[in-house]
Order: sequence, then C-alpha cells, then structure tokens
Amino acid sequence: MRFRGKIADIGCIQHFTRIIGTLSKLIKVCVLRITPSNWYFILSEKLVSGGVHIWCELPQGHFFDEYALEGVSEEANEIFLELAPENLTRALKTAQNAKWIKIKLTKKHSPCLTFEVDLPTLSSHSRTVVHDIPVTVIPRRHWEDYEEPEVPQFDVTIAMPQLKILKNVVDKMKNLSNYVILSANQNGEMKLMVETDMVSVSTHFRDLVNPVNKDRVPSSQSSDAPEPDPHQFAEARIDIRKFAQFLTGQQVNPTKVICNIAKKKVVHFFLLHDDVSLQYFMPVVSS
Amino acid sequence: MALLTQHDDSENHYVMLAKLDNVRNVSNILKAIHFKETATLFASSLGIKVTVEDSKCVQANAFIQEGVFHYFNVKDEQITFKINLTVFLECLTIFGSTSMPGISTSLKMCYAGYGCPLVLVLEEEGVLTDCTIKTLEPDEVLDFNFCSSNVINKVIMKSECLKEAFSELDMTSDVLQILMSPDPPYFRLSTFGNAGSTHSDFPKDSDMIESFTCTQTKTNRYKISLLKPSVKALGLSTRVSIRTDNRGFLSLQYMIKNEDGQVCFVEYYCAPDEDEDDEES
Repeated sequence: MRFRGKIADIGCIQHFTRIIGTLSKLIKVCVLRITPSNWYFILSEKLVSGGVHIWCELPQGHFFDEYALEGVSEEANEIFLELAPENLTRALKTAQNAKWIKIKLTKKHSPCLTFEVDLPTLSSHSRTVVHDIPVTVIPRRHWEDYEEPEVPQFDVTIAMPQLKILKNVVDKMKNLSNYVILSANQNGEMKLMVETDMVSVSTHFRDLVNPVNKDRVPSSQSSDAPEPDPHQFAEARIDIRKFAQFLTGQQVNPTKVICNIAKKKVVHFFLLHDDVSLQYFMPVVSS
Repeated sequence: MALLTQHDDSENHYVMLAKLDNVRNVSNILKAIHFKETATLFASSLGIKVTVEDSKCVQANAFIQEGVFHYFNVKDEQITFKINLTVFLECLTIFGSTSMPGISTSLKMCYAGYGCPLVLVLEEEGVLTDCTIKTLEPDEVLDFNFCSSNVINKVIMKSECLKEAFSELDMTSDVLQILMSPDPPYFRLSTFGNAGSTHSDFPKDSDMIESFTCTQTKTNRYKISLLKPSVKALGLSTRVSIRTDNRGFLSLQYMIKNEDGQVCFVEYYCAPDEDEDDEES
C-alpha cells in the first residue's frame, strides 16, 4: 500500500485548500478514498446521529502533478483512510504560498498522511514544513460501508437561489425554529417555511431554473399517469441547524448548486465547481 | 417596488396598514429598545409607539411617526397589542441585518384587528417573505407621569461623549449617580464599585453640551442594571436630552436619525433607586 502525490501549482493548492476547508466546516471525521483517478471524501452518518451523507469527488488530474498509487491489491487498487479534515486544513494553512506540496502515506509509529510543504525563500536554502496527519486505514471488509449513496427518484430538481441570501434567511429562521420546510416545484419556485406557536414565516424564491433531469424516466412512457403538475410543490422537513451549517461552510463559490427533493425521504444538494462535485444528502425529519 | 404601489381591495379590511421602502428605518429603532422579550405596540394616525418595560422601574418607548412610512393608515382611534419583540425583529431582519449598498428591503405591515396576527410582507431583490406573528393581550403599561412642568434639571448634549462615558462605566457598581446642578461640577456621573469610586464631570460650557437648564442641585441614584439597556439607543443616537423631575425620576430622550435622514425618538424613563430616598430621610 503506497501513495505519493505532488501539487505544484499555486492555484491548485488554493483551490484544494478551499475544498478541504468547506469539508472541515461540515464534518469532524470522514473517510478519504484514494483511487487511481479520484480522491473521494465520504461521510455516511448512521441514522441515529443525523443520517447525513456527503460524497465529494475530486479528479486527481485536476490537482496533482505527480500521482503514484499502489492499492491494497492489484484488483483492488484503492486505499481507504479515516481522518479529520480539520487536520488537513491546518496543514494546508502553511501552504498558501508554497512552491509545492508533497502528500505521502507514511508509517511513523502509526499510519500518517504526511504533507511536505516547500516554502519560498530569499536565499538558496530550502524551507520545508512537514505535517504528519494521523489516519486510520480502513480494512477491505468495511469498504462497502462507504459506497456512493443511492440516489432516489426525485420529485423536484431546482437550481438554488444565491446562497448568500439563502444563508441570511436560514440564519434568522434558525433562531425561530429547529426545523425548516423546504419545498420547490418544477415551475422555478422555492419556498422556505418555519412554523411555531408564535410565528410562521415563509420566504419565496421565484424565477429559478429547473435543470432537466436526465435520469428522470418520462412518465408518458412508464405509465398512463398524467405529467405531474409543475406548480405542485414537493416538501421536505429538514434540520435547520444542519442546513445552516451547510450554507455557512461554503468556501468554493460553486458555479452551480442543484437541490433535489424526494418527498418524505431526502433532500440532495449537488454542488458543482469545475470538475469537483460535492453531494450532500440530508434526511427528511418527520413532524 | 411593485409591492408598495399595490392598493387592492383585499387590503381594505385592515385596521392598520403601513408600507415603507427601507425596513431598517423601523428595525433599527426597535433594536434600540430590545432589552425584553415582549413589547406593547400602540398605533394611531400619528404613527407607531412601541413600549418595553422591565421590573416596573424602567420603561422604553420608541416612536416611529407616520412620516417614516410611505403609506400609513390606521382606521381605529388607537390600536394596542402585545407582541414578541424578539420574533418581530427576527422577521424584520430576515434578509440580514447588515446593510448592503443599493439594496433595501421593503415592508408591508398589516393588522386586521383584535385577536388577529400581525402580518408582515418583506421583499428584497424579488424574493418575498411572509410572516404571521401572533398578537397577545396587552398589559397595562406604566404611567411615569413625567411632565415637563415638574422638570427641575435638563441637559441636552451630543451623544458622542456620553457614549464614551457609558462605555467606561464601572459595572461592578450597583448604581449610577447623576448630579445636576447650576453650580460646579454642573453635571457629574458617579459610580461606586469594587475598585473605588469614579466621577465623570461635564462642564456646562463644553462643546458637547448644547443646552444646560439646571435650577437646583439634585443628586439621584439609578440602578445601573436598569440603565445599561439604554446604551443600545445611545449608540444609535446623535443627541440626547437628560431630564430629572421633582421626584427624582429620570427621562432620557434619544434623537435617532435614520438612513433617510428622518428623526425618530427613543425615550427611557427610570425610577430612582430606593436606598437613596432612605439616606435622605
């Protein structure tokens, strides 16, 4: 089991830092899956502890100039590590004007992901900072726990409004209630609603885009049922604190954020930024 | 702004209907008196008054005159209800409390009468928020019976220097003592804390003092915990009038300029600390 990689472009280092920063705001401990083509950051919470799933995909070619991987075996050329993204953020903090970063899987008493950061100097001497981040290697029998979450059939797919406005609204609503009802329709409308004994507040967003869902089976073919009414709202009641945390943590300024709602099941946020994608699954809380 | 120009028939049944372009002109004033969860709201054709009280010893009133609104109509002579001020403020600032240049939130506020909720419609950049806040049975509010004919001492000053004095108050002291006198030291704030006593004097010919009308030397003490909330109003204000009457009651009137340059008032009344009376007798 070997891994070594090198990031030498300052733009890539900074982008990488922002992504890890976003993740560390959302998760304490996650699984890093290293494959020949991608890095994945995976969180799969048990239902009792919230049931949030995160699936973040980074194509390695986008970041690494050198990339050498030798997985657990030839047919399973992958490595699964458990680590705290916060530690990665700390290591990357020193690398903001680095010439390059080398990332290696090492064994120093315990398994570590070692970040070697080469900093610019005025003289000919090199200046290197080394961070050893403790990791736990996940044995192969547990890999199946970290498979890509199944994407259910969604009722509504909508592009999210400006995250900043949304964040302001959700931050205020958070002070009023613990849950928010997120609803949207195929007519470009989205609604956030909180209700308590004292007050009910609903915020309406209009003129949003409903991206065409390629996976959606055309209903005319699958059954005789009429096309669903585009004005019909699909509702989902979710934990407002988790939602606020998700909105606050964003550091990547994603080009596109898609919200998918599967009634009574799950809300799925899909963030796209260049080639990096982050999927966030928030389970619906029944009232 | 389409929201503000709509005058459809559905709005006729409201006993109070108010609209304005910049919600911050209302929310900022209300923040200045937000030291208790609930407030009593009075509305008449002159405007809105919101009252907050604590411990039956201090009362704060915020006045938002009808001129602040673009449209203001109250059908009844007077409307009174109690409301959760914390919730009210969260709703008014739903799009964020910090101002962004060029972007303002418009507000429509409606009330259909006794037992009905207060309905707010806020709009910013095409995004609409509806709020329905329950109204509560109003409590009797205190009448401090503070009338200008009984005023003994009065100082009007720029808020700036009082802000500084208040921010440096020794909070380990239970009371703030205010001395006002036609003779030196004219106007003195004193505290008596763990680390000793402090006195701040304001000479009457200071640039900061705009008007000084003191007829008798009077020393009164007020619970510092009761006066502390008034700092919020002080921070927003440009000018403050400090008055005491023959019973030692204190009135603080803050002049607050809103973002459109209109002037609103926030007023605090505070009863003197009882111990002081004992010492005098």
